[in-house]
Amino acid sequence: MTNRKIDQATGTETTGHEWDGIRELDTPMPRWWLILFYITIIWAIGYMIFYPAIPLISSNTKGTLGYSSRAELEDALKNAQSARAQQIENIRTSSLAEIKADQSLHAFALAGGKAAFKVNCVQCHGSGAEGSKGNPNLNDDDWLWGGKLEDIHQTIKHGVRFELDDDTRSSEMPAFGRDEMLTQAEIEAVADYVLSLATKPADKMGVHENSGEETAGGTDNGAQIFADNCAACHGTDGGGDRSLGAPSLNDHIWLYGGDKRTVIESIFNSRKAVMPAWTHRLDEVTIKQLALYVHSLGGGE
Amino acid sequence: MNHSIIEKNGTLLLVLSLIVVSIGGIVEIAPTFYLENTIEKVKGMRPYSPLELMGANIYKREGCNLCHSQMIRPFRDEVERYGHYSLAAESMYDHPFVWGSKRTGPDLARVGGRYSDEWHREHLKDPQSVVPSSVMPGYKHLMRPLSVPNIASHLKANVVVGVPYTDEQIEKSAEDLVAQANPDADGAEDVLARYPKAQVRDFDGDPKTLTEMDALIAYLQMLGTLVDFSTYDAKANFR
Repeated sequence: MTNRKIDQATGTETTGHEWDGIRELDTPMPRWWLILFYITIIWAIGYMIFYPAIPLISSNTKGTLGYSSRAELEDALKNAQSARAQQIENIRTSSLAEIKADQSLHAFALAGGKAAFKVNCVQCHGSGAEGSKGNPNLNDDDWLWGGKLEDIHQTIKHGVRFELDDDTRSSEMPAFGRDEMLTQAEIEAVADYVLSLATKPADKMGVHENSGEETAGGTDNGAQIFADNCAACHGTDGGGDRSLGAPSLNDHIWLYGGDKRTVIESIFNSRKAVMPAWTHRLDEVTIKQLALYVHSLGGGE
Repeated sequence: MNHSIIEKNGTLLLVLSLIVVSIGGIVEIAPTFYLENTIEKVKGMRPYSPLELMGANIYKREGCNLCHSQMIRPFRDEVERYGHYSLAAESMYDHPFVWGSKRTGPDLARVGGRYSDEWHREHLKDPQSVVPSSVMPGYKHLMRPLSVPNIASHLKANVVVGVPYTDEQIEKSAEDLVAQANPDADGAEDVLARYPKAQVRDFDGDPKTLTEMDALIAYLQMLGTLVDFSTYDAKANFR
């Protein structure tokens, strides 16, 4: 087997193997390739010295540079923080109204709020804060729990019906149908009445219309049921009550839909929308920025 | 040349190749099993409750991990978006782990408490109803009843691979499974005692039936919420 010869045609050594007269060239690897190969070996030795590498008994070698990806992250966060330290400190120590009054600080807070909104809020409230079924639109002036800066701040911080937070906003509409407080016919009557509140602002017009398309007496009956069961929270005129998170029913803005079927569903099963509290997840500065941003969207009071 | 001996003996070649490959495996993988700093010392991490465990199984069955990672890497952009980077301790009771390697959707390592149950429900049934631009498929079939042949043996299987379920937890697993999704059940408080920080409520909006949706949402709402970061020593765990 060790019959190495020089190949006549190429001048290269053969491997010495021979199969039926066919021999194999033993062409050496290109020099540049070989040099790179040796460099990688030297690099690996250097890496093991400078960086965490070799597993020992209870831990691994730390390397002379003391590199740690988690420590590096901490530095990166600290640097980012310190670049904005002054504004962040100002937001931390100022009240929402003070921040709003300070033009440059307000602009800074809005930018931060916009970024935080995209990360944390758009999944429910939509990328344009336009909301969706069950998730309120934040651009309009129809607020469930209040549209003042402090109200919005409180809602973001502690959420709505979020049971892990003791300070969360909370109220509970009865499930009139499921818990058999009203009959199906009564629910339909009061649903007709609720829909009529939005289409016919009777209190403002001073007239009580009763168009032919409704079942005779249906709305009157509904009015009585509404006064007995709904008015305590939603107001005698259906204007809602923000202290209870009871939505206004006499505008054209519907959280779950303004068709009769959806309204009946709401009355039958009740609605218990939950918004998470963000105080454990976001820091106070971010929450303030979010409150200012949401307030600036168009409906802020 | 002795090389010819190896080349002429196929079995010897196989054995020697195996030895060479094993050295790579032993050096890279084996130390993670005995090094004390592989898994951080944390407070709050506990084995999954039976309902959460069933949710984790559904998560794997539906292949959620193919599009969603559960691994927040220690980079500024990830930490600012998803929260504290993931710790090894947080997936130490996962068998197998579901860190994932591809993010078609967002990371879910800290999705717990981020959205309401109702949002999860609507989103799982029809993702585009809440996120119009989403490419996630709908999972309407999760509203079917949860079928669990024998939850106790399932917990025992986890004990074999190192999850420290107690005898009491195994014994009461069938009760706990039902009670966690029914706050009116007698055992609701026991679930909390056995599994601290467990969330006990009706998750799927249908209090009468225990569905796969209950299990999956219970699991999702737990993700990333167990470790108590107020007592976590970040400096001691730099690596």
